[in-house]
Amino acid sequence: MTDARVAGVGLTRFGSHGDRAGRDLFAAAAERAFEDAGVPRADVEELNYGNFMGALAEHQGHQAPLMAEAAGVNCPATRYESACASAGVAVREAVRTVAAGHVDVVLAGGMERMTNLPTDEVTEGLAMAADDLFEVRAGVTFPGAYALMATAYFEAYGGSRRDLAHIASKNHENALPNEYAQYRREVPVDEAMDAPPVAEPLHLYDACPITDGASALVIVSAEYAAEHDVDAPVAVTGTGQGTDRMALGDREHLARTPAADAAAETAYAAAGVGPDDVDVAEVHDCFTIAEVLATESLGFFEVGEGIAAAREGVTAADGDLPVNLSGGLKAKGHPVGATGGSQIAELTRLLRGDHPNSEHVPDAQVGVAHNAGGTVASAVVHVLEVAE
Amino acid sequence: MSDADHEAWLDALDAGEGYALVCPDGHGSLPPRRVCPECGAAALSREPLAETGRIETFSVVHVPSPRFEDDAPYVTAVADFGPIRTTGVLRGVDPESDAVEVGLSVGVGVEERATDGEPLVVFRPADGA
Repeated sequence: MTDARVAGVGLTRFGSHGDRAGRDLFAAAAERAFEDAGVPRADVEELNYGNFMGALAEHQGHQAPLMAEAAGVNCPATRYESACASAGVAVREAVRTVAAGHVDVVLAGGMERMTNLPTDEVTEGLAMAADDLFEVRAGVTFPGAYALMATAYFEAYGGSRRDLAHIASKNHENALPNEYAQYRREVPVDEAMDAPPVAEPLHLYDACPITDGASALVIVSAEYAAEHDVDAPVAVTGTGQGTDRMALGDREHLARTPAADAAAETAYAAAGVGPDDVDVAEVHDCFTIAEVLATESLGFFEVGEGIAAAREGVTAADGDLPVNLSGGLKAKGHPVGATGGSQIAELTRLLRGDHPNSEHVPDAQVGVAHNAGGTVASAVVHVLEVAE
Repeated sequence: MSDADHEAWLDALDAGEGYALVCPDGHGSLPPRRVCPECGAAALSREPLAETGRIETFSVVHVPSPRFEDDAPYVTAVADFGPIRTTGVLRGVDPESDAVEVGLSVGVGVEERATDGEPLVVFRPADGA
């Protein structure tokens, strides 16, 4: 196996892009990724593209060929869909394909357009990531599903809404210097506590926003980088994926995410590292409680202990293990099908030292990205390391 | 959208004859199934749900999807009925966090969604609970 390297990363600003077409969003992210990589478009051998609700948002299925055109690449193109983990699985397949030696250059990432739909239609669209027969028809919304997990967590291990508010406040603070973030404004803990309820115990600031945006990565083999003098100091040394029962109620435990445990185990084993080696992490905090579940699955904290991490400052920018220095889904935004690629882009910049928050992790060598679909019926974990 | 197996299951639940599909190892699941989702066993038998279930977790939903617009606020919950857990709306309590507890004993049936009259899995506090 060869190393898969991140040669270049590109993002659009996350937020509302009005009536801008999805194909233009992905084209913009790809343009930045190619500029960052210094890799010619003609060398791209595959496009792996993530998208979740394009059929609903833009009445557009079969998006991969369209996005290949938009990005200016002429190669096999495939759309990956795993709800909010769509780009995570797209990147994972890029890494596996390159690492296996099948191809040398893949363009991977994703795009989601959401703000052009009314909020209730977005709510309905996001709920499609749950079991329609047994959950959605029974009244489960996307925030409602994570609220069920939060209640179960509090019941099993303790913790409070205030603990969750600390996570929201931390991630909003991290987003302040991030030029790509949707919300660059502080949210004090008390303001989060006073926000209106969405699905109790989750309130407005426990939830990520509705976001348009795109992400693109140029993934190359280490050999290609060496031969073509491409500066690609960050390697993807581990990738893992896990699957769980679709409906939350069918899981063994309502406040744990074993799909992410499995993904982390595989990714750590491939990289030859463990949770103690990780210097910085981007995790899937679609809701504040999700950051807790993610950090426990990644082995940073014992089960039942992740809830206190933000309040105690452990996961803050100046803590022992900064989590979501980008601002996370919470403040940076969550264009569903782009998020998994965006996490890798943020981590790459953090490890390279050219992220506005790199100053908080000046010696970081190992980063982890955790991307989840639905109520973590799908999970993807990547380990990134500074290779040069 | 219509799904025959699901409708049959709802009809049975409505008639007080709710069931789960159970494999020889005792894993329960909901229809339609050809094999056990846990272990792949093909020999599935119908077993009745417990008469009362236990609320395992819940949430008071204030921001609904369009299909639940007139139902909100409502309590969504997961309840354990022996071979399986299932998800439904808890009625017969105030839709407030303080009015519900994990561990509440409930019965299960089928009622109508307030918004559009479509069938809805509903839990209600069990007699004497």
